[in-house]
Amino acid sequence: MARGVQNILIAGVGGQGVLLASEILARAALCAGFEVKKSEIHGMAQRGGVVSSHVRYGERVFSPLIPTGEADIVLAFEEAEALRWAPTLGEGGVLIVNRQRILPPLVSLGLAEYPADIMGLLSKLGKRYIELKAFSLAQEMGDLRLVNTIMLGAGSVLLRVPMASWKRSLREELPDSVRDLNYAAFQRGRKAVLAARNRPEPAPIRA
Amino acid sequence: MRRKRILLSGNEAVARGAYEAGVRVAAAYPGTPSTEILEAIAQYPEIYAEWSPNEKVAFDVAAGSSMAGARSLAAMKHVGVNVAADSLLTLSYTGLRGGLVLVSADDPGMHSSQNEQDNRYYAKFAQIPMLEPSDSQEAKDYTLLALDLSERFDTPVLLRLTTRVSHSKAPVVLGRRKEHPPAGFIKDPAKWVMVPGYARARHPLVLERLKRMLRFTERSPVNQIQWGDRQVGIITSGISYQYAKEVLPSASFLKLGISYPLPSQRVAHFASQVKRVLVVEELEPFLEEQVRGLGIFAEGKELFPRLGELTPDLVEEGLRRAGILSPKARPRARISDLPPLFSRPPVLCAGCPHMGIMQALRELKITVTGDIGCYTLAALPPMQAIDTCIAMGSSIGNALGIEKALPGESTAKVAAVIGDSTFIHGGIPALLDVAYNKGRVMVILLDNRTTAMTGGQDHPGTGITLKGEQSHKLDLPRLCRALGIKRVREVDPYHLAQTRSVLREELDSPLPSVIITNRPCILLERGRKGQAYFVDAEVCIGCQLCLQLGCPALQWEPDGARGKGSVRIQALSCNACGLCAQICRREAIRR
Repeated sequence: MARGVQNILIAGVGGQGVLLASEILARAALCAGFEVKKSEIHGMAQRGGVVSSHVRYGERVFSPLIPTGEADIVLAFEEAEALRWAPTLGEGGVLIVNRQRILPPLVSLGLAEYPADIMGLLSKLGKRYIELKAFSLAQEMGDLRLVNTIMLGAGSVLLRVPMASWKRSLREELPDSVRDLNYAAFQRGRKAVLAARNRPEPAPIRA
Repeated sequence: MRRKRILLSGNEAVARGAYEAGVRVAAAYPGTPSTEILEAIAQYPEIYAEWSPNEKVAFDVAAGSSMAGARSLAAMKHVGVNVAADSLLTLSYTGLRGGLVLVSADDPGMHSSQNEQDNRYYAKFAQIPMLEPSDSQEAKDYTLLALDLSERFDTPVLLRLTTRVSHSKAPVVLGRRKEHPPAGFIKDPAKWVMVPGYARARHPLVLERLKRMLRFTERSPVNQIQWGDRQVGIITSGISYQYAKEVLPSASFLKLGISYPLPSQRVAHFASQVKRVLVVEELEPFLEEQVRGLGIFAEGKELFPRLGELTPDLVEEGLRRAGILSPKARPRARISDLPPLFSRPPVLCAGCPHMGIMQALRELKITVTGDIGCYTLAALPPMQAIDTCIAMGSSIGNALGIEKALPGESTAKVAAVIGDSTFIHGGIPALLDVAYNKGRVMVILLDNRTTAMTGGQDHPGTGITLKGEQSHKLDLPRLCRALGIKRVREVDPYHLAQTRSVLREELDSPLPSVIITNRPCILLERGRKGQAYFVDAEVCIGCQLCLQLGCPALQWEPDGARGKGSVRIQALSCNACGLCAQICRREAIRR
């Protein structure tokens, strides 16, 4: 429907850095000369709840919300959130899923169930996805807060934003002390997806 | 040279608009989704900006500044306007000197609110103009326009945002600040003193002003017609415009930037040129009723929901129902075909001091009236420690009412739970009522020294102003005593045994009491956390008692040690409050 607009949904759980990731993406798209809109919910939703941010850019963007079934990319920072937001993904769109599970207290108490085979359910829905062990990668790099920039780097492979704009945005959004580390994390995410895409067998792509 | 464009949220854009318009005084009480407006305004040294104790005070401060001839702004969430409405409806009579804009940030869908009232009705109620921006650029432009209109028509102006405008970011072109030096307060009793004799003389001016405003809105370029396919004409305003434009860009549009007073001639002209008239608006049929009042047949709420937040999906669905878009093919597999996914409701933070008091309260099995703040989350499972949540400060009055309705029927007292910022906002008169009218209510004042739910804003109890200056710090225990409460106690909510015994003592006392907790919000304590606790899986019997706290750092491991389930503490999340260790009967939780 939207002409020449690229739609990215970033979803996760409060504290995973979803909002900073979407801030970096939106700024990078603006640097690249696009019209940008980005929308998210603050307030009560951040107390360990679901956090989602819609980023849209292109020649002309009207709605700040991505219509259901029109996301080009869903960056899911958590497995169940990948399933929750899968309907947002359009035909030909790709989900990038961080293989990490965050159980809410209700699940811990046995009042709700965490689906066992989320990747299987995604396939059943006919969604193309790339698995990424962003949490483990962040662990390897020595800082668990890097999950968001690793995921962003992974997503960047599929986006129309030039590397120079990414670099500028990362430079402007992040404090000096963590910039190099986050830049390395971004590259790590990129590499993981590029390596996965070079394999002969297409879907589901694993990284 | 191209002018600078930066990404701003709607709230930040309003702040920028206030800056460029030469606003000198801005006041607010924090409330989602409005909070960032004043936080952003406070960054401009040219503007005096304050957190007021509540929205009425904020509006009165802005109004006073306007009386002195300065351009002024007050910002609040939709329900905050209810608090300020007393002043607003009379200020509509007096008018003003310096431009005065009241920003109402509505929350359709109740992302972080107790209701989803449609504040557009306040414009009609107070008979003042209303502007509805649909994105950040308009949020800035309309703030400037609102201040101009305010001075031109001698009226406060309502700038109505919604969550999706407030919290969406889009590029905004920046301009320069233009100063509007205040003329000073000029004595004019017939204008400022609203005793009946003077007020009666002002009311006709309000109606006359509305007529003049109408002539302006008929011609204003912000009420724009975009001709497209004349089969369908869409009348819309605010964020709904963006959704409708997204879904049906080919239609003809009448986009109302000033949505009150409704430019009836322009509406009639637009309607006469299109085959079908649709009104696309979020929440109430505010525009639709007025359009129909002109004798124009318009379709609206039979196609688009009156409940919740509007989305492009819902606009599309409505257009399909209207036969304007063709029905959608059903996708092969749908998410609704899968087993339902658990919800992830917001929870109290790991180590939140509210958890201790809620645990102790729950054990007492008494009626607990609640209030507006993070602690309301303890009304949900697994805690379920709070029985009501109505409005700012309501907990104390509600508790007194329950007590007075059931004298002697229940030996247990009613407890009221209220946060520090909420108490200052609306709880003080209610506590005075308890003392004055001989209530026995046990008030638990959760003094976490911040306005936590909205992201940690200062208030009179912290003694720090919005501009970051040290100021007088309200002494809560002394205030409570001055109001007439003799039993004022302090508890450490991380000390469960002490908390339990104080609650028990006050419950048994025939006098009203205030129990004040003494631990700051855990988010203020970041970087100061102690060594995390851990669960000895050999000792844990899997009774899940600790999980009843609802602490997000505790996780259930179904396949724990010795082939049975056990609890695990995520060291990264644990803030070392020690509450779970105090609840555990097996001493399985240690550090």
